[in-house]
Amino acid sequence: MTNPTLLVQGATLPDGVQADILIEGTQIREVGTGLSSAGAHTIDARGLIALPGLVDLHTHLREPGFEQSETVLTGTQAAALGGFTSVFAMANTQPVADTAGVVEQVLRLGDEAGYATVRPIGAVTQGLEGKQLAELGAMAHSRAQVRVFSDDGKCVSDPLIMRRALEYVKTFGGVIAQHAQEPRLTIDAQMNEGEVSARLGLAGWPAVAEESIIARDVLLAEHVGSRLHICHLSTAGSVDVIRWAKKRGINVTAEVTPHHLLLTDERAESYDARFKVNPPLRRSEDVMALREALADGTIDIVATDHAPHPVESKECEWGAAAFGMVGLESALAVVQTTMVDTGLLGWSDVARVLSETPARIGGLSSHGHKIAPGIQAELVLVDPSAQRTFGVQDLASLSHNSPYFGIDLSGQVVATIHQGYLTAENRSLIHAEEVAVRALEVLRG
Amino acid sequence: MKHLLSTRDLSRDEAIQLLDIAEDMAAVNEREVKKLPALRGKTVVNLFFEDSTRTRISFEAAEKRLSADVINFAAKGSSVSKGESLKDTTQTLAAMGVDAVVIRHGASGAPQVLAHSGWIDAPVINAGDGTHEHPTQALLDAFTMRRRLHGAGSRGKGLDGVSVTIVGDILHSRVARSNVWLLRTLGARVQLVSSPTLLPSAVDSWPVTVSYDLDEALASTAPDVVMMLRIQQERMKDAFFPNEREYSNLWGLTAERFLSLPAQTMVMHPGPMNRGLEISSLAADSPQSTVLEQVANGVSVRMAALYMVLTGEREVSHD
Repeated sequence: MTNPTLLVQGATLPDGVQADILIEGTQIREVGTGLSSAGAHTIDARGLIALPGLVDLHTHLREPGFEQSETVLTGTQAAALGGFTSVFAMANTQPVADTAGVVEQVLRLGDEAGYATVRPIGAVTQGLEGKQLAELGAMAHSRAQVRVFSDDGKCVSDPLIMRRALEYVKTFGGVIAQHAQEPRLTIDAQMNEGEVSARLGLAGWPAVAEESIIARDVLLAEHVGSRLHICHLSTAGSVDVIRWAKKRGINVTAEVTPHHLLLTDERAESYDARFKVNPPLRRSEDVMALREALADGTIDIVATDHAPHPVESKECEWGAAAFGMVGLESALAVVQTTMVDTGLLGWSDVARVLSETPARIGGLSSHGHKIAPGIQAELVLVDPSAQRTFGVQDLASLSHNSPYFGIDLSGQVVATIHQGYLTAENRSLIHAEEVAVRALEVLRG
Repeated sequence: MKHLLSTRDLSRDEAIQLLDIAEDMAAVNEREVKKLPALRGKTVVNLFFEDSTRTRISFEAAEKRLSADVINFAAKGSSVSKGESLKDTTQTLAAMGVDAVVIRHGASGAPQVLAHSGWIDAPVINAGDGTHEHPTQALLDAFTMRRRLHGAGSRGKGLDGVSVTIVGDILHSRVARSNVWLLRTLGARVQLVSSPTLLPSAVDSWPVTVSYDLDEALASTAPDVVMMLRIQQERMKDAFFPNEREYSNLWGLTAERFLSLPAQTMVMHPGPMNRGLEISSLAADSPQSTVLEQVANGVSVRMAALYMVLTGEREVSHD
């Protein structure tokens, strides 16, 4: 049995044109008006925006090792509910994704779950310890075809290791995704260093600890002629450094998280550890600079840094709490609220920053294409008129550490299509067994 | 006043009222029988996640003089990784029917988390949290200043126009933070003096003036109060200052500096003191020193805080 035909009727494409989209098997067959197909499952998409399936370059799926926080299945369910059809899974699992065996395991779990294409990110150094290179080549040449390498959660702070890693990944067209955090400047750091941290008595995480590493690394990337990606940019100063580097022709890309586009360090006043994240929430001046940089292209993409944690890691005093927040389910709504509703981005820009460019940076050729006949059917349908007060019912993740509860967000994912089949419809997930059956059919061709 | 978590959220009226109640408590403490029945039948727990014998026995004395039943809980591990969580400890106390929690914790904000968690429905008094606040210390400091300045006529008064210079490790000091907010609320003028390494980077957003030069600061303001903070010797290892001698030379209240002060300037220290480091014995033992008054007043102020959060009354009833 092959996937039944899907007909999306009356969707608005990112460029504003209204069209029907006919999907057969795993591909988009036709895009146009007045399309029909006998027996097709029809989706009424009038009033909905159709975007290429979203691609998240920065997700923590936690499996293997931290299955109490998230699994590949639940994490990709959260992705599907948020409109993502591919996620890049960070390497800080247990064991660390620093060998071909671990990345192939994560790949297989993703393929079997079927909610999204899971592309493992490999560790740069063994055990994320920053001392010795991991087997980057073995991971690149494994079935997982790893192209993005990161010690995320930890910074590759040793300049020599960073230089070697940047050089080495040129072998197979890889990229180093740097978590920019000078470790000595952030010992015991709890939140953004500034007026709020001074008042709350929480140890500061100064902007310069991020900016100095980015400055060093763009110069290293220039020197060795390699490709660098900066994870979760959070300060106005980092934006200035990236702007300078790009002007100079350095091959660097940068991401911003949805939470850094919306929330500020004043949230810490409650000592509610749901707002504890690394890099920390910054000042409103930083938020505005990040929005502007995303609008003018200095920042290339939005990535979630979806970081699930069990309730006991957040329901405690701030200092003992884990860093991180879930974000897959809320990402598109936060981007609409902060960037589209404010006039900074149009929907074709949203497609660029949340699908096309992240797929290009990650070397993911099956995703991130303009909606057209012949491409793999990776789609999301968004209701831009939806208004909701975000709540726990909006999450599919195993963990509930979202910072958005009680916050009004606009826009909601109505349906998500991955490899030609639905993973979410009517604002809800399709059942896991049904998705797994479809995924198996695709795997078997 | 449901809780006492920080001096920052105390209004001037609330602060003065608390100081006035502390005056009543001080009168009790001067009696032969130092005891009031106000909290009879109430159970107060001193929940100390950090060792602090001085603060703990001060609270314990205050609780006993108000006839409360006292439980001392010295909890070692503070995080989920180290042992029982704050949540479980708190819910355990709630199940035992505790009426108020006095908490000392190494993590900034822990008392606020506890007060707003829903884990326990009892008033919470912050006995010092991380590098955030130590509100009863600031209140006892203000009480001590007011008594020295106004004696028996203290009631109802603030600290308007009083010039206070706080010297030392402001960055890591909960005492400094609580004092800055409370002194400002009471109308005092606050000057902070320290090494730039020991000041928060955003100190310019605080309602204070800042100086790095202690001699210049003392000479130009002739302060009514000089408050010396304890310096942790391990700060040297983290490059906050080179060594004890240099710290003492630049920011210590040496005998020479002490002698240059006006004769009526109060010398305060929250204790325990590093004699010869941040304060000379000449200053610490002089009549200008309020160190022992601060300890005595600590009991009165803590009685007042317990009384206010547990009885909700604004005056002491003498039945």
